[in-house]
Amino acid sequence: MAAMDWESVIGLEIHVQLATRSKIFSGAEAAFGAPPNTRACAVDLGMPGVLPVLNREAVRMALTFGLAIDAEIARTCRFDRKNYFYPDLPKGYQISQFDQPIVGAGVVEMEIDGATRRIGIRRAHLEEDAGKSLHEDYADMTGIDLNRAGTPLLEVVSEPDLRTPAEAEAFFREMHAVVRYLGICDGNLNEGSMRGDANVSVRPRGQQRLGERTEIKNLNSFRFLRQAIAHEIDRQIGVLESGGGVVRETRLYDPRADETRPMRGKELSDDYRYFPDPDLLPVRVTSELLAEARALVPELPRAKRRRYREDLGLSDSDTGFLTGDPDVAAYFEATLATGCGAKPAANWIMDRVAASLNRSGLDISGCPVAPEQLGRLIARIEEGVISGKIAGTVFDVVWEEGGEVDAIIDARGLRQVSDTGELDRIVRQVVADHPEQVEQFRAGKEKVLGFFVGRVMRETGGKADPRQVNVLLRDALRAR
Amino acid sequence: MQPFASIADLGRGLARGDYSARELATFHLERIAAADDDLNAFIHVTQERALRAADAADRRIARGEGGPLTGIPLAHKDIFCTEGVATTCASRMLADFVPPYDATVVARLAAAGTVCLGKTNMDEFAMGSSSETSWFGPARNPWDRDRAPGGSSGGSAAAVGAGLVPCATGTDTGGSIRQPAAFCGVTGLKPTYGRVSRYGMIAFASSLDQGGAFGLSVEDVETVLGAMEGHDPLDSTSAERAPTRRNGARSMRIGLPSEYWTGLAGDMGECLLAAAKELEAAGHALVSHSLPHTDAAVPAYYVIAGAEASANLSRYDGVRFGFRAEDPADLDDLYRRSRAAGFGTEVKRRILTGTYTLSVGYYDAYYLKAQRVRRRIQQDFLEAFEEVDAIAAPVAPGPAFELGAVDDPVAMYRQDVFTTPASLAGLPAMSMPCGFVGGLPVGLQLIGPAFEEGRLLALGHEFQRRTDWHRRHPEG
Repeated sequence: MAAMDWESVIGLEIHVQLATRSKIFSGAEAAFGAPPNTRACAVDLGMPGVLPVLNREAVRMALTFGLAIDAEIARTCRFDRKNYFYPDLPKGYQISQFDQPIVGAGVVEMEIDGATRRIGIRRAHLEEDAGKSLHEDYADMTGIDLNRAGTPLLEVVSEPDLRTPAEAEAFFREMHAVVRYLGICDGNLNEGSMRGDANVSVRPRGQQRLGERTEIKNLNSFRFLRQAIAHEIDRQIGVLESGGGVVRETRLYDPRADETRPMRGKELSDDYRYFPDPDLLPVRVTSELLAEARALVPELPRAKRRRYREDLGLSDSDTGFLTGDPDVAAYFEATLATGCGAKPAANWIMDRVAASLNRSGLDISGCPVAPEQLGRLIARIEEGVISGKIAGTVFDVVWEEGGEVDAIIDARGLRQVSDTGELDRIVRQVVADHPEQVEQFRAGKEKVLGFFVGRVMRETGGKADPRQVNVLLRDALRAR
Repeated sequence: MQPFASIADLGRGLARGDYSARELATFHLERIAAADDDLNAFIHVTQERALRAADAADRRIARGEGGPLTGIPLAHKDIFCTEGVATTCASRMLADFVPPYDATVVARLAAAGTVCLGKTNMDEFAMGSSSETSWFGPARNPWDRDRAPGGSSGGSAAAVGAGLVPCATGTDTGGSIRQPAAFCGVTGLKPTYGRVSRYGMIAFASSLDQGGAFGLSVEDVETVLGAMEGHDPLDSTSAERAPTRRNGARSMRIGLPSEYWTGLAGDMGECLLAAAKELEAAGHALVSHSLPHTDAAVPAYYVIAGAEASANLSRYDGVRFGFRAEDPADLDDLYRRSRAAGFGTEVKRRILTGTYTLSVGYYDAYYLKAQRVRRRIQQDFLEAFEEVDAIAAPVAPGPAFELGAVDDPVAMYRQDVFTTPASLAGLPAMSMPCGFVGGLPVGLQLIGPAFEEGRLLALGHEFQRRTDWHRRHPEG
């Protein structure tokens, strides 16, 4: 029997931790890494009689996201209680949005293998995060850390528009870039700032109806997301090809074993008994609030990519590198603002800057060479003031010691010898000192030119413009 | 010093120096000590704190900075969180719970200079109409110790009715201020939903719960409300409204909804009708009208209140605070045994029914339908208030019943037939003494449009100037 041609269908739910100062329903600080239970106030602890008060900043951030993906924005939305018992869920219910999410249908555009794909977003809703159960450090007990309880989350639900693990990864990356561009999430995956759940099913290619799906929870890296989905697709195909059926269930990915396993946690329930939270009034999205959110939508990755390609003439790979991280794009644009060329700026950032950052373990936001200095450095090369080689030296000086590019060039006498008279004198001297090589050149041995260039550059301490040296040398060698 | 003095008279006595706030507090603490073994109106008496607060009030008065409530003793229903003082909600679940924060109501009344003498008994988690479901035993009616003081704020009503405190706070979800006020012969006001902050008031049914006050007169209730009310940034559902002020037209149209007045048996009907006639004699017009969905209020109320309670009480799981079963075998065992032992029967019944009505397959038939009924009832009132300025009605089908007499839960729920409609509509409603049946006080209920407490207070004050029912007090 010929192997069946299977198609996988993937939808992602991405939990984006919003970078608000305080929690979504309390005044406690929303900060990662504090000692357990030091960032949880009475509201976060679900103490008797306390009440939630909605953080306006979280609403504004959700709206900013909605506008960025051209989504329908609800005029009013409301919060509901999602009921289940778990020790890290202090109230016994999570405040979430059930049937009236703040952000409705929208679209995220991403690029994969040089092609643009539009992935539908079904909805995005606000909710509070739960705390953490710590199973490792306590013998026969579970520790509860409620610092995270009440941290605002935006849960973004995609349509099942993704077809391969690579597409799912590209979508997760695009979402990561978008929320970072919007400044609504710090994007620290290893701190859980973005977590994905993947809904995965397979069906014979050509079949319209979707196969039974499973949900893989808590995928917090690009690689794990791709691997977990790839594994799950293989597993499902295996089950179906051996005559079995896929069971609808929630699974967890174990990156060490590279496999998914059914989840048996108590936080799963068949019926969350959602109902509107009577402690919170419906949220009215006023035109003022929308305008405030709109003003905060910057140029997004897809628009930037288009602009870099079409207006700056950069390649797809340059564009991809420069737009992947909003801080890199900002550095690039600040470099351009000094008036240097786009292509050399891109090259410098991708080569010298990236390598130096990598060596020192720094982010571009902490780059010791300010983009203004880099732009000026590139401009000086373009103006012929210094050579590319000398520029590398200047870059290192600025990196190590700080300072201003032009001042360093002057102070260290790195300016190219551009005085034609002086250079002409050196060229004539070199030609006069090497009659043998002159004869060889005149006999048609062009390669000897390189010898003369090297001699002139040595005499000038590397400060001559090689192009100019070439021109002068040819003149001198031809002369009788 | 005499019990049953008005807040205004007590304030004058303090200002004149006839007695100090400490002496006033001590006088009432002694009355509590003498009466409360029997009455069980208090869960905790906070004598030391009370005397410290009284001393502070005395210093304030001495500086000439006293307000109308400075030095006035009061009691808080034990549903209001009090920082550093056990707040039990009359439940074993919270028997040892000491909140690290004050309810907004508590903080505001403290800021006004009141002297809290203790925390009053109630139905467990405010679920009941008799104060019999308390983990600390039932409170008793000061008019007849064998009868219930009503509920759920029975301890507060009994304490004011017995002259143990001049005023007290309460909460009303489906009648929990009005019915005990009627049973104990005191005045009790449930303000409009949103008038008083719910922060720190332990939640039963969040869309219905509303804090209010008990006093010996409409005037006293008005004074206490003045210090409690107003927007609170900690409660999103609290309203930004001008403070309540007594304001009523000389001649108002007062509605007598037929659904409330027909079928009132003998003495009860006569007593209430005489009270309505008194309002007519004062120059107001009595208008017969209809609130057609009244019958559906009790079932709708018990569905909505139960649903909200089932979620509100999920936090009592033995994990972070409150009663915790010993040596749990696992998480489920911890949950199951903590909640089984921590909650009483009536609380469990409501959690179960509420969980049921929110479940897949039942949500539409119960919860959503109840919400539709709720909107009809609100609409009934909106239409009625186009015709009338206020509504006069009974508070309860009869006067205080004997302890243990109503042992069928549904029969107990029917006690709330006249109080749940205003609760569902979120309207202000007040109970004031209007006569006696068989030696037991009867209350007349006044219901007004949203945020028109001032109108109810004006009508009630006028009634109390023409009658002396509110000046009758039990013996002993």
